Amino acid sequence: MHSFFDWLAMGGYAQYVWSAYGLAAAVLVFNVLALKKQKKLVRSKLQHWFKG
Amino acid sequence: MWKLLYQLASPKSFYSLSGRVTPWLSVCALVSLVLAMVWGLVFAPADYQQGEAFRIIYIHVPAAFLSMALYAWMGFLAILLLVWRIKIAGMMLHSMAQLGLAMTFLALVTGSIWGKPMWGAWWVWDARLTSELVLFLLYAAILATYQAVKNKDDGDRIIAILILVGVIDLPIIHYSVYWWNTLHQGATLSVFAKPKIAASMLYPLLLSLLGFFLYSIWIILERARSEVLLRERKQAWVKELFESK
Repeated sequence: MHSFFDWLAMGGYAQYVWSAYGLAAAVLVFNVLALKKQKKLVRSKLQHWFKG
Repeated sequence: MWKLLYQLASPKSFYSLSGRVTPWLSVCALVSLVLAMVWGLVFAPADYQQGEAFRIIYIHVPAAFLSMALYAWMGFLAILLLVWRIKIAGMMLHSMAQLGLAMTFLALVTGSIWGKPMWGAWWVWDARLTSELVLFLLYAAILATYQAVKNKDDGDRIIAILILVGVIDLPIIHYSVYWWNTLHQGATLSVFAKPKIAASMLYPLLLSLLGFFLYSIWIILERARSEVLLRERKQAWVKELFESK
């Protein structure tokens, strides 16, 4: 437990390291979500187009 | 190999071929990224000068690398569109630019976060930083221009020209650390020379690079597939796909 918190502290650089990794995770996840949204949108657009 | 390339030029073949590859890509990307992050955050040794802060490298370098690699690939596809009129190449440009913007943004911001404790500044008008910022603006210009054009085929052609105009920025970014007296450090990795970084720090970096690459290819292929369906909706093969649903 003790060394886990040491690891979290990143030798005093925690705010820098974790904000960088957090931002990276956010960007990667955002792009996946945007992709899913786009796929859904295209799918529904085309289904509508073929039905109508 | 040429047969495969000719097949990829056909939207229908591109759609089915890429469909076979994307599930594998997403799994491999996820595994590589997770492994690389754990390796880089936990197992790689701390730097004697920078301490734990150097671990930002495992995000910053892949993002920067991708920001340039994506643009280079866009340049190649732009030529395929403009010279050989390969439409599928044009269809991919916009999706690539979107991801390229994200990667450039990530590279700039993580670089800034890294720079504050190490250099004492969030930003300097250093040659590499400035030319990377120019790349960000190029991506933004490409996306803005595409949105402004009503016809998507025209949009592809216009951004293809814009992309080729901006390609000059890539060698500037790459060689900036040689041509100018920069604060940003020189190249650590080279095709020709031994890496200037310890193996225990290098391997997670290479794995992270791989993860980012696989992720990017996956995102782009998936986006391209959606775009192909939309653009080719008048073709029989698209109709069949939706008829069978």
